[in-house]
Amino acid sequence: MDTILDILGAVIREAISPGTAAVAIAVIGLNLHFGYTGLLNFGQSGFMLLGAYGFAISLVHDIPLPLAVLIGLGLAFVFALVLGIPTLQLRGDYLAIVTISAAEIIRFVGRLANLKDLTGGAQGIQGRTYQPAFVDLSFFGDGSFTLVPFNYTDVADGAGWVRALGGLVFAACVVAVVVLVRRAKRADDPAAAPAERRRGLVHKLLVALIVVIGLYAVFFAMPVTYGRSGVNGWWVRAVAWTLVALSTLVVYLLVRSPWGRLLRGVREDEDAMRSLGRNVFAIKMQSLVIGGLFGALGGMVYVLASTVQPDALGRQITFFAYTALLLGGAATILGPVLGTVLFFSARILIRESARAYVPDSVMSTQQTEQFSFIIVGVALVLLVIFRPQGILGNKRELRFNV
Amino acid sequence: MRKGLVGALLLSLLVPLLLLSGSPSANAATLCLPKPDETGCISGTVGSRAEPVAGVDVVLRDAEGNDVETVTTAEDGKFSFAVSEAGEYFVVLDEETLPDGLEQLPPRSAIAGPDGSVKVAAKLGTSVSPIVEVRSEDYDAGGESFTDQIAQSVVNGLRLGLLLALASLGLSLIYGTTGLSNFAHAEQVTLGGMVAYGLVNLAGINLWLGIVVTTVICAASGYLQDRLLWQPLRRRGLGLTQLMIVTIGLALAAQYAYQFFVGASLQKVVVRDFGTTTFGPVTLTNLSFLAMGVAIVAIAVVGYVLVRTRIGQATRAVSDNPALAAASGIDVDKIIRLVWTAAAGLAGLAGVLYALVISNGIRWDTGMQILLLLFAAVTLGGLGTAFGAFVGSIIIGLVVELAGPLGAPGDLKYAVALGILIVLLLVRPQGILGRAERVG
Repeated sequence: MDTILDILGAVIREAISPGTAAVAIAVIGLNLHFGYTGLLNFGQSGFMLLGAYGFAISLVHDIPLPLAVLIGLGLAFVFALVLGIPTLQLRGDYLAIVTISAAEIIRFVGRLANLKDLTGGAQGIQGRTYQPAFVDLSFFGDGSFTLVPFNYTDVADGAGWVRALGGLVFAACVVAVVVLVRRAKRADDPAAAPAERRRGLVHKLLVALIVVIGLYAVFFAMPVTYGRSGVNGWWVRAVAWTLVALSTLVVYLLVRSPWGRLLRGVREDEDAMRSLGRNVFAIKMQSLVIGGLFGALGGMVYVLASTVQPDALGRQITFFAYTALLLGGAATILGPVLGTVLFFSARILIRESARAYVPDSVMSTQQTEQFSFIIVGVALVLLVIFRPQGILGNKRELRFNV
Repeated sequence: MRKGLVGALLLSLLVPLLLLSGSPSANAATLCLPKPDETGCISGTVGSRAEPVAGVDVVLRDAEGNDVETVTTAEDGKFSFAVSEAGEYFVVLDEETLPDGLEQLPPRSAIAGPDGSVKVAAKLGTSVSPIVEVRSEDYDAGGESFTDQIAQSVVNGLRLGLLLALASLGLSLIYGTTGLSNFAHAEQVTLGGMVAYGLVNLAGINLWLGIVVTTVICAASGYLQDRLLWQPLRRRGLGLTQLMIVTIGLALAAQYAYQFFVGASLQKVVVRDFGTTTFGPVTLTNLSFLAMGVAIVAIAVVGYVLVRTRIGQATRAVSDNPALAAASGIDVDKIIRLVWTAAAGLAGLAGVLYALVISNGIRWDTGMQILLLLFAAVTLGGLGTAFGAFVGSIIIGLVVELAGPLGAPGDLKYAVALGILIVLLLVRPQGILGRAERVG
């Protein structure tokens, strides 16, 4: 029982870690590229790395934090222009090859020994050299904080059944949300009667309420404790997840604007857009730039609680981002966040379970890590084949081909 | 006496650490100690730690080029300046005081100042170390001359290019016939090295037999892949984008499977040394000559099959227009399966040879490291044209190997190849041998 609780604790800590939030922001940007515009950007890690470098190097050189953020974003902006101009008029796979190459070039350049003074070479930039500027902004105070403050330890002396009850409530919430969302989807159908569509709105509010209750139940049963401020405390997490929420909101507003319809138009049929007099190249470029800015923002958040390490933001991160996006559902608003949280949680769940229950003679500690990544790769394959729309997606939205 | 020697040794080990931490040390008299907002340090060593150069005058100049200070290096070749203002400084060695036969190595362009000096940005409160290198004056005559270096690099480049061509032919054929950019192709290359490691190193099979068996096993993996995965997916009508993401998932799974089963370290395929041969300025291992020979033969066979045989004609027909090819009675599925088999076999062969002569062993990421070079080669030559892939590979091989002697530091040689790819797409997106057509 204790082992299971340890595993679940590790999963929950991973799910809310700043790294997960950072990748979620990058995936939100990727969703704009791949999900809404149909651009095959395989260089999202390059955007992240540029953002991280711009941000950290500026802070090391005592540039104020807001300016440092702008510098990071500016680098990503220029990078997107440089990538987009030669490739956006070509077929989609050219963009894929060029973006992945360019991301690798950035990683190689960052690793250069000649630039050690600036980028720290292959070792990267130590977190303590740039993090204080951000950590000092914290108004959360000192000491530690447990989320949620009122948890199972306050009920019946923290008996096992209280925790189990919390888990059951969470499970019930998940089931309820799935049922309600499916029903709401049917109600969203334009063919449905107006009365049903109004009920759809009620359902949406109900879903939101149940999600909140479910989240509370999780933290009620599995409270998490960190320092209030500090390098790896609640302050970083609060900022990171606030940025995730803001990014989601921005993308939501963007894609339901007329401009968002342009993006989907380009994805579905470029020629039709051209025949309507639209400048397809400009639309694609705008999408590449905006999604890239999210990537850079993700990179900055990524290094807030760790170090700027060029190899940590390599190709793998891009591939993880694609897996997370397809898991959650491309071309959906909440898919990127849901997918990223599930992706990182599931990987830790697999790894920790293998560590706890598979004897060392079969799988060493090192091998459980690799085992979890093998599962990730196979899961990506199966996902694309059997459920390309992911958890939240709409299959009709994913018929495009670049 | 002995105690003193040990002490000096310890001290020389400690000095760099102390410089970093900025705490006081025993010989503080000759060292600069950075103080926040007061002093910044510029310190370094002339020569290497093993062979320090003592008694050289090191000159510090300010941003305008005026001499600020001159110090003479100590026994251990160390020098240091204390500056009270942050900013740009230049460090240069006084040629007069250098021992005979030594000269200052011209610094790399990124840190070069006027008159062969080294640019350094001093900051208060920290210590910076300019890289001041010396080399023997007869460096060019005694060591390898520049032309010799170039000759060696050209041969190395051809070697790399031939092996890349072996691997990229398959990538290009798959792209040509199915339109798929196969990101897992690199893992097919690694598979070749891994299988050869198992057969030759672990099981002790004869190397030549091992190479043949490896190629056959890898070809079989391609056949099975098409049979079990790609053909069913084609039948389902999965889009190319989705298929490409499938290859990425496969690549991820394969990389970690290699780590899972073989471990994360470099494994040798052969432990025996086959010796080297020297032709004029060029020295290569005997295995390299063999690998280049095998690669040329394999490429020639593929070329012959593509140009002269009915199967080759059918393959090219499928590349041009699958629907038309099917209508003319060509069994498209059979051709594509053949292409997958051949591509995996060629990639496996390339993997063995690459592990034998270039990376000197096989590791889980060996293939991944050349994947982008393969894509660059294929795109450079023209996506989907087999001969373009060959030409592109040779060019990429030469660029990668020549970038080093021509001034690109370290890993940047790969970046140069990728940079060329991006520039080429600007001017000639269809590649060198690709037909000019609308690709947008």
